[in-house]
Amino acid sequence: MNIIVCLKQVPDADEVKTDPETGRIVREGIKGTVNPFDMFILEEALRLKEQFGGKITLLSMGPKDAIHTLYYGLAVGADEGYLLSDSKFAGSDTLATSYALSCAIKTLGLYDLIMCGIKTTDGDTGQVGANLAELLDIPSVYYVNRILSYQNDFIKVERFLEDRSQILEVHLPCLISIIKGANVPRMPTLEGKIEAEGKQLKILNAFEVNAIEKYCGIEGSPTRVIEIFLPEKRKKGVILKGCREQNITKLIQFLKNKKISIFGMCS
Amino acid sequence: MITIDREKCIGCGECVDVCVFGSISMKDNHPIISDDCRLCGSCAKVCQYNAIEIKREKKKKVTDWRGILIFGEQRDGVILEVVYELLGKGRKLADSINEPLLCVILGKFVAEINKLALYGADEIHYFEDVKLESFNCEIYSNIISNFIKKIKPSIFLIGATSIGRELGPRVAAKLKTGLTADCTGLEVNKEGLLVQTRPAFGGNIMASIICPNSRPQMATVRPKVMKKLEAKEREGKLFNHVVNSELIDSSIKILGEIKFNGQCDINNAEIIVSGGLGVGKKEGFDLLEKLALELNGVIAASRPAVDAGWADPNIQVGMSGKVVQPHLYVACGISGAVQHRVGMETSDVIVAINKDERAPIFDIADFGIVADLYDFIPKFIQNLKNSKAQI
Ligand SMILES: Cc1cc2nc3c(=O)[nH]c(=O)nc-3n(C[C@H](O)[C@H](O)[C@H](O)COP(=O)(O)OP(=O)(O)OC[C@H]3O[C@@H](n4cnc5c(N)ncnc54)[C@H](O)[C@@H]3O)c2cc1C
Ligand SMILES: Cc1cc2nc3c(=O)[nH]c(=O)nc-3n(C[C@H](O)[C@H](O)[C@H](O)COP(=O)(O)OP(=O)(O)OC[C@H]3O[C@@H](n4cnc5c(N)ncnc54)[C@H](O)[C@@H]3O)c2cc1C
Repeated sequence: MNIIVCLKQVPDADEVKTDPETGRIVREGIKGTVNPFDMFILEEALRLKEQFGGKITLLSMGPKDAIHTLYYGLAVGADEGYLLSDSKFAGSDTLATSYALSCAIKTLGLYDLIMCGIKTTDGDTGQVGANLAELLDIPSVYYVNRILSYQNDFIKVERFLEDRSQILEVHLPCLISIIKGANVPRMPTLEGKIEAEGKQLKILNAFEVNAIEKYCGIEGSPTRVIEIFLPEKRKKGVILKGCREQNITKLIQFLKNKKISIFGMCS
Repeated sequence: MITIDREKCIGCGECVDVCVFGSISMKDNHPIISDDCRLCGSCAKVCQYNAIEIKREKKKKVTDWRGILIFGEQRDGVILEVVYELLGKGRKLADSINEPLLCVILGKFVAEINKLALYGADEIHYFEDVKLESFNCEIYSNIISNFIKKIKPSIFLIGATSIGRELGPRVAAKLKTGLTADCTGLEVNKEGLLVQTRPAFGGNIMASIICPNSRPQMATVRPKVMKKLEAKEREGKLFNHVVNSELIDSSIKILGEIKFNGQCDINNAEIIVSGGLGVGKKEGFDLLEKLALELNGVIAASRPAVDAGWADPNIQVGMSGKVVQPHLYVACGISGAVQHRVGMETSDVIVAINKDERAPIFDIADFGIVADLYDFIPKFIQNLKNSKAQI
């Protein structure tokens, strides 16, 4: 099974900076790390490869230093990596990001399965996967918990919606996203890191993947960020010490005042 | 595309000075534009010789798109609450721009279709077929994008549920339009554009986003943020649509569906009792479960509690888990790290129980108790029982 795993580099949690001019994220000079949600697709891909053989190709779009993200993936066992990096891609929204990724995937050739994380910790939209599947004209299944079987160009998967699970059979090629908890991602070993050095890792620009400029970057992005601001902070409330009876009574009275239906039935 | 007409250019260099991005330099007496140019147009404006031309893709005419469309998500024939919330917001927006409010719904034997009118819809467009009973992203997106091309609404709103989050980007990519994720605020500005506000970076920042040149302007909207209207007799027209058999073809087959019963899911819960590392052991979650039962709520957990194997990964709250927005969030033995807070900070009421009075969770709690949770919770449960007995 040939699998393409899309990895995004995200800034390390607390360091968020935005360009006041364009409202877009400033990435230069900020430490990057693999999007935590992408760990689960990477792990699932490795397990599929162990079971069925094949090849894992990593794909990322981002600045040149996003190459570290790809190294990480190679070190845990992926076979090759491609970084799409070009100033033409700067400022992409999810549609333009997916367009660039779709161009790269078309250039890379045949695949059975594409995997995307359920969302990222920065842009946080969860849209790239379904966007991408549509641009490639393949089916997509979000929130997969388990891959139950793989046979004759079909996979059977279990996926979770809020209140239910669905068992689906999907014709390949298709795109899936994997939820947290589906597996426990492995860590790279020293051996893996050494092996990674010898694996194919290539940087591609817009021209090399036949991306048409008007669909890329800012120009290819229908959405435009017009303002960035900080959310309102919550105010500090009442704090009581100890388990005295009166504290508990006060808490219950407080909940009643807030009209919290602790005495109603759960719907 | 930006081009420089070398015949007209005299090499004065005015454009170099005016570019705030520093994207223009002179070479052989002619300007060279680097590829980080943002096509802002200041150089073309300053050039007296009209030597710089910026060709933008011809914008699609967007004026003939009218009306606000709401996705009427249903499960097992029951329309979701978020649909009524969107109708509430949609009604207000529609009235402010004097356009109709429509609702599109796909399913089989959907009950209470007429309720959509009571809550604000002017038109209800119903596609009924057995194949639409359960969510199939391919089929749903085919039908909806086809429908949108026909009726051309200027705004399309979808509830940010698991289904909406997959359906939205699929439809947006088909229509080559923009989609703003997980909005918490929607307003129409003076130019008639929908300004969509959403949290990003796990809630660390808020962004306002527009979609100026493509239609429809699409957004997924977080459940429980918008308010539904009071039900009221309103005129709403029901249109039954025939489902085109070509659109119903799919490479996805739904083999089965299992409803989780009993266990409420944390995204929709009104009351959540959440445990962190301070719970100390797996059995501690039984105590939280008891409290949750007493409060008619569900349990959740911080990441370390999930990693320790005390709680299911499905109920993790925070940056690498879920974002919840209940009426009441009771944090037990949770310190309140920023990665946890972004998952629960927008709860209506936060109660924290922690033995360390300096724990940052107390900075955001409406009501805090500094105590050992193993002392406090059993007493709290007993008191709740007593006060219920009194009613
Ligand atoms: C504050 C802010 C708000 C924004 N809001 C929106 C918005 O509402 N709508 C919109 O269209 N754009 C929005 N954007 C732009 C968006 O963040 C970028 O397009 C980003 O490149 C991709 O979106 P994401 O991070 O949300 O990815 P998601 O859609 O959350 O990513 C899902 C998965 O897709 C894959 N993936 C995503 N990006 C890449 C990549 N670069 N390389 C490889 N794989 C990838 C990964 O597997 C990832 O786990 C916003 C940007 C900012 C700064
Ligand atoms: C990229 C990234 C993503 C992350 N994503 C998440 C996420 O999604 N969700 C998440 O929760 N965290 C996440 N984290 C981890 C986060 O940074 C914190 O480490 C975590 O939230 C702390 O969990 P905690 O509050 O349960 O544990 P601690 O910080 O250890 O706090 C335990 C608290 O319990 C109190 N306590 C101890 N015993 C008792 C007792 N008997 N009675 C009462 N109080 C007691 C202590 O005073 C302390 O305040 C993430 C971190 C990173 C780097």
